[in-house]
Amino acid sequence: MNQAITISNGRLIDPANDIDEITDLHILNDLVIAIGQPPRGFSADLTIDASNRIICPGLIDLSAKTREPGQEQKGTIASETAAAASGGITTLCCPPNTDPVIDSVAVVELVQHKAKEAGFARILPVGAMTKGLKGETLSEMAALKEAGCIAVGNASHPIGNTLIQRRAMEYAATFGITTFLRSEDRHLKNNGCVHEGRISTLLGLPGIPEAAEAVAVARDLALAEQTGARIHFRGLSTGIATRMISEAWRHNPAHSADVAIYHLFLTENDLDGFNSDCHVLPPLRTTTDRELLRQALANGVINAICSDHQPHEPEAKMSPFQSTATGISGLDSLLGLTLKLVQEGVMPLSDAIARLTSGPAKIIGLPLGQLSVGATADVCIFDPDQPWQLLADNMHSKGHNTPFLGWEFTGQVTHTLFEGNLVYQRDSKT
Amino acid sequence: MHSHNIQLDREGRLRHFLTTEDLSREILTEILDTAESFAGVSERSVKKVPLCRGKVVANLFFETSTRTRTTFELAAKRLSADVLSLNISASSTSKGETLLDTLRNLEAMHCDMFVVRHNESGAAHFIANHAAPGVAVINAGDGRHAHPTQAMLDMFTIRRHKKEFVGLRVAIVGDILHSRVARSQIIALNTLGTSEVRVIAPRTLLPAELRMMGVHVYHDLDEGIKDVDVIIMLRLQKERMQGALLPSEYEYFRLYGLTEERLQVAKPDAIVMHPGPINRGVEMDSEVADGPRSVILEQVSNGIAVRMAVMSITMSNSGGQAK
Repeated sequence: MNQAITISNGRLIDPANDIDEITDLHILNDLVIAIGQPPRGFSADLTIDASNRIICPGLIDLSAKTREPGQEQKGTIASETAAAASGGITTLCCPPNTDPVIDSVAVVELVQHKAKEAGFARILPVGAMTKGLKGETLSEMAALKEAGCIAVGNASHPIGNTLIQRRAMEYAATFGITTFLRSEDRHLKNNGCVHEGRISTLLGLPGIPEAAEAVAVARDLALAEQTGARIHFRGLSTGIATRMISEAWRHNPAHSADVAIYHLFLTENDLDGFNSDCHVLPPLRTTTDRELLRQALANGVINAICSDHQPHEPEAKMSPFQSTATGISGLDSLLGLTLKLVQEGVMPLSDAIARLTSGPAKIIGLPLGQLSVGATADVCIFDPDQPWQLLADNMHSKGHNTPFLGWEFTGQVTHTLFEGNLVYQRDSKT
Repeated sequence: MHSHNIQLDREGRLRHFLTTEDLSREILTEILDTAESFAGVSERSVKKVPLCRGKVVANLFFETSTRTRTTFELAAKRLSADVLSLNISASSTSKGETLLDTLRNLEAMHCDMFVVRHNESGAAHFIANHAAPGVAVINAGDGRHAHPTQAMLDMFTIRRHKKEFVGLRVAIVGDILHSRVARSQIIALNTLGTSEVRVIAPRTLLPAELRMMGVHVYHDLDEGIKDVDVIIMLRLQKERMQGALLPSEYEYFRLYGLTEERLQVAKPDAIVMHPGPINRGVEMDSEVADGPRSVILEQVSNGIAVRMAVMSITMSNSGGQAK
């Protein structure tokens, strides 16, 4: 069935094509077929009035866990891709630490099949660099790539053995596979659970020094140079790491990095009172780190913002701080928080949108995150002036574990189109 | 969100005692004054007051302890409360029961107070956050975080000997990094107006950014205890040698062990304290531990009065109508 959609009179912001103008976007089936004037003979089955709204490419989230397979009590591919759609996100890269681990073609196919069945958003799996994420033997990376993995990574299990890390990177480089690295020295991390600093001292919680990240980033940069592998640093947390990569990028601009949105807002001070919703890895750091991360994001040293979505059932956060599960449910607040960066003057709107669209698209090397004629019709439409508040009751993710509950935002998604299908429309009439 | 202090009720009175942090000098002084009034009880032939008659106190020890548990038991009994002592470390947690499940089960037994010791920092806060209204929670030590009743019995001991905190110089020596006692002491000493709080340790045993807690940091014992009024020695756990934090007990004693000879640089009337149990020949030699300046055994008996004070104050403020 052919479906023709016109999104009319919106402010189209498409950073990949350097477009920011009020215009119409025309979609036929799953593709963008025209911008501005419709093609001759085009008649829209559905017209979405986007006056006073922003039309941008569907957002790409480089790290979001759906919890399926293995932890369906926390979330499923259906529940979390629906939540993604409500947040304007049409592409989710899911890390390999599912159960079973994404280290075989069968699991890759399962995940993609479930996502297709649900139909809200695309899931692009990240394969495991080593079998079972154990850091011992290589996974079948070439097969994982063929099956649809857009990268291989270590998820939250950094490879301790530097020789294995070298070989995994070398092997990935052979097939032109990008490596997603969560860089952390596990010896320095030890049993730490919060940033080593003021709050770890006051609360008596074992700390993770900044050097745990810096040492590993230095190691991985050296190995990238040695092996020729293309690396993407996932979820940086420290100012020192941003200084190191900013220097390294000058020699090799092919590498990239992202930051979890919560690291741009929260700091160790938010752990006060043992707030387990702020128990994340890498840990929330100092206000100085937060400022340096914001700077690195604004000047493009960090190329993408991700939600680092990790939904949990309530019980997972109901114990003393150190025993609680780590992570924040982030799909519902990704765009709201990113727009807050713009409202706080960190970066212009088009750059902020770029960090959620063209930036991550370039990292995964796919022609997504853009609204060129002929591109896949993944579209996010949002009302930039609409105030709203994040409440457990209005969250779409199955996991309500977020320290942003109660926060007020300006700018809310009204429609999301995924491959030309309207997969989300906000209930309230406007 | 941060301003809410779960230790206080709406009128600003103490309803849980979880940490010495965020409490006013008035509240800490009230604890010390109340303890003073109970100090005589132990010396009487009938060692009981009826303040908490009919109340049920549950001692929840998720981590083993002899002295702290015993003094809490004695304190509760002297207040005429019924005491339930549970050693939970082995039983329920190993069966997969969560802390919250354990809590709900105990609440079903209608306890009025939980005295909690747990190996995780924040455990007492967690229990206070989830306990039924009207149940008071007392932290008997959580991870590396806090041990407020130990700190207050130390304050009580210091006040008995030195009268005022203003003008005092106090040195805390040893493993500050892993010590919940030291954290609680530093906060209490500063709140009570101590003129100078010093900590003395090698850098491997000091937590990050300790100076923001209002202490002067020393790495040399002789320099650090010069002209001090009070020396608090902390216990050194044997496992610190395994984690490469220290080379040997021998070297530790040589650099940080307290001897009569080294004590000479402190004020002539300086007192020596230790939360116990002492490793003789590691933190201090026996001559000091058993010597005239040592108040270590007094600390133990003061522990009962201070715990009675904390229990009676929180019990009366948590809706538990102490008469």
